[in-house]
Amino acid sequence: MLSRSFNLMLKKAWISHVKMIMPENYDPIPIYRVMDPEGNILHESQDPKLNKDTIHKCFRDMVLLNALDKILYESQRQGRISFYMTNFGEEASHIGSACALSSEDLVYAQYREAGVLLWRGFTISQFIDQCYGNYDDDGKGKQMPVHYGSKKLNFMTISSPLSTQIPQAVGSAYVFKRRANNNRCVIVYFGDGAASEGDTHAAMNFAATLECPVIFFCRNNGYAISTPVKEQYRGDGISSRGNGYGMAALRCDGTDLLAVYNATKVAREYCLKNNKPIILEAMQYRLGHHSTSDDSSAYRPAEELEIWNTVEHPINKLKNYMLKKGWFDEIAENDYVKDIRKKIMIQNQQAEKKQKYDWREMFTDVYDDVPDNLQKQMKQMEDHLKKHKNEYPLQNFKQS
Amino acid sequence: MIGTLSKFKSALRPIGHVNKILARNVSHFTYQPDEKSPNVDGERTKMNMFTAINNAMDIALATDDSTLLFGEDVAFGGVFRCSLNLKDKYGADRVFNTPLCEQGIAGFAIGVAATGAKAIAEIQFADYIFPAFDQIVNEAAKYRYRSGNMFDCGSLTIRAPFGAVGHGALYHSQSPEAYFAHTPGLKVIVPRGPIKAKGLLLAAINDKNPCIILEPKTLYRSAVEEVPVASYECELGKADVLMNGNDVTLIGWGTQVHVLREVAERAKNELKVKCELIDLVSILPWDRETVCNSVKKTGRVIIAHEAPLTNGFGAELAASIQEDCFLHLEAPIARVCGWDTPFPHVFEPFYLPDRLRCFEAIKKIVKY
Repeated sequence: MLSRSFNLMLKKAWISHVKMIMPENYDPIPIYRVMDPEGNILHESQDPKLNKDTIHKCFRDMVLLNALDKILYESQRQGRISFYMTNFGEEASHIGSACALSSEDLVYAQYREAGVLLWRGFTISQFIDQCYGNYDDDGKGKQMPVHYGSKKLNFMTISSPLSTQIPQAVGSAYVFKRRANNNRCVIVYFGDGAASEGDTHAAMNFAATLECPVIFFCRNNGYAISTPVKEQYRGDGISSRGNGYGMAALRCDGTDLLAVYNATKVAREYCLKNNKPIILEAMQYRLGHHSTSDDSSAYRPAEELEIWNTVEHPINKLKNYMLKKGWFDEIAENDYVKDIRKKIMIQNQQAEKKQKYDWREMFTDVYDDVPDNLQKQMKQMEDHLKKHKNEYPLQNFKQS
Repeated sequence: MIGTLSKFKSALRPIGHVNKILARNVSHFTYQPDEKSPNVDGERTKMNMFTAINNAMDIALATDDSTLLFGEDVAFGGVFRCSLNLKDKYGADRVFNTPLCEQGIAGFAIGVAATGAKAIAEIQFADYIFPAFDQIVNEAAKYRYRSGNMFDCGSLTIRAPFGAVGHGALYHSQSPEAYFAHTPGLKVIVPRGPIKAKGLLLAAINDKNPCIILEPKTLYRSAVEEVPVASYECELGKADVLMNGNDVTLIGWGTQVHVLREVAERAKNELKVKCELIDLVSILPWDRETVCNSVKKTGRVIIAHEAPLTNGFGAELAASIQEDCFLHLEAPIARVCGWDTPFPHVFEPFYLPDRLRCFEAIKKIVKY
């Protein structure tokens, strides 16, 4: 057989008539759903039967993320923080996937996955302190707001360049695979726009050929800033690319927390059992603006948002499920919302008042130590500030 | 890239009259083994530069089970033989081929290093490092800084063959060090021969910062010297003074060091000019103290590199020397570099900052 084959990887033989394979010849990958918008389970076998406490935590984390987004978005509008990106409409894909992972699994994120951190225990103050870049930010105020990271929670620090984290996630997964009794996988989140970057291609091909236990979690929310998906790709979304790379693929309803949970759980088990990658595409809708620097009404009609904001809204859906179970207590939830809003507001005020790091921190962590040239430059700045201390906002910064 | 490979391999193995003709272009320098051997006990053995690099990676793989070596075609030994036999010795899961994609190699390597494992990534030619530029500049270099030291990719080393090879033309000859020298967070290193290549590579692998080691590929086979068999490191960020002199300071790195050494000998014999020869070794961070101490003594300095003149690393050196040694300078700082053109094929002998151009620069600077 080998002598007649052009390529060791191609198994199928010959045909004697020209046959183009057209995109419409492929069946689209179906969207996996567990419940309908009213919260009814479509197939009883698919109910993950998460216990009441877990569902409650999922619901409250989504609500908390939503409240945090609203307040920090407003803070940016008031000029209190420089930038913000909300997670509206995508809460279930964060919380549902995080809930299905082990806390030891390593997360590489794009920037719209704050819910994953929240699920793992990142606190209200940690989110807000990062956005203010104050003395309690573990990132020391070096990056823009929403570029979170946590060593303790196995959440790699976010960076702005799109898709760069995807081949990195594959490299980390390769290291995990080599460890004895490995029970950790890597999950890497990215949007449908980022999937067009060359690094995404690199990562998927490396993951398949080097057999790495990594979940490629694509948040397909319909837009990359102003660019709708029809200008982003012409294939069947992102998950259909799995076949081209020789990789398993799944597509789920990203607004259905139970579907995201089940799909992620299956994906994780598959990765660890087979040491292979998988693409998991969560279909959803970006309800908010791309960022605080964007006004999405410039490129999409308000009516388009209506359905996603109501019947197909992830928080509504889980609420309906809870109502059916008799697990939803209107009064308790209203109190909870009031309580967290208060906590966020207080934290927001406190974070604003906290000082930033000593400006000298600007020169550290470039390398593991501070080389001579940087020590010299730090000294230059020290001398300069001695002369002009009143012209710089030194009072906002710690002095060492 | 693949198509040119067999050509390179034959050119670097001079057998028969055809290769003698090819070799004519290669000999723009004469390799001088290091006079001072590193202070390492034990056996020494003759190695060329690719065997010294192979030996260093052998040690790294043996010392730390987390160490991985990967890139395009490294499993069968590498197109320059640097990884020969290492897959057989350490297993296909530690020494392996990647798909042909430089941004993937760099990104994958960063991810390996971010877990604390040691990554030795090979880019087949420095000319093909540019697809990985984003991963190197925006990611690797900034990993520690942007996370407030929560995460780093310090155990990452990228190796890339670089520099003129006689007939490499535009995409098998480039010297891209200046692009990376503009990137805080990286260390950039260039060895001049087998002893330094082994010591610097081991230092880079063990250093806690992402390092790029650019290996002058024309030296892989032609440079041979007695290399200590044991493990040792050469300090990063430290220049070597290879010849002492009071009249002119000559600064170069990689193959150019050997060009300058020959020129310095000739200047001593013909002009009675004593040159101080410095191999800069580390491009980033660079050894300002050694350089400026020398220039303060000689008052004259010539910087030579294969890369184009404009914004080459010579510009940084010249500006810094001018700042630190202004009152000691007896003549304008001279730069003898590649021209501001792409690296040409048939015109290579006219492109390189060769012995004659460097020698003319010495004649001119002592008469200023």
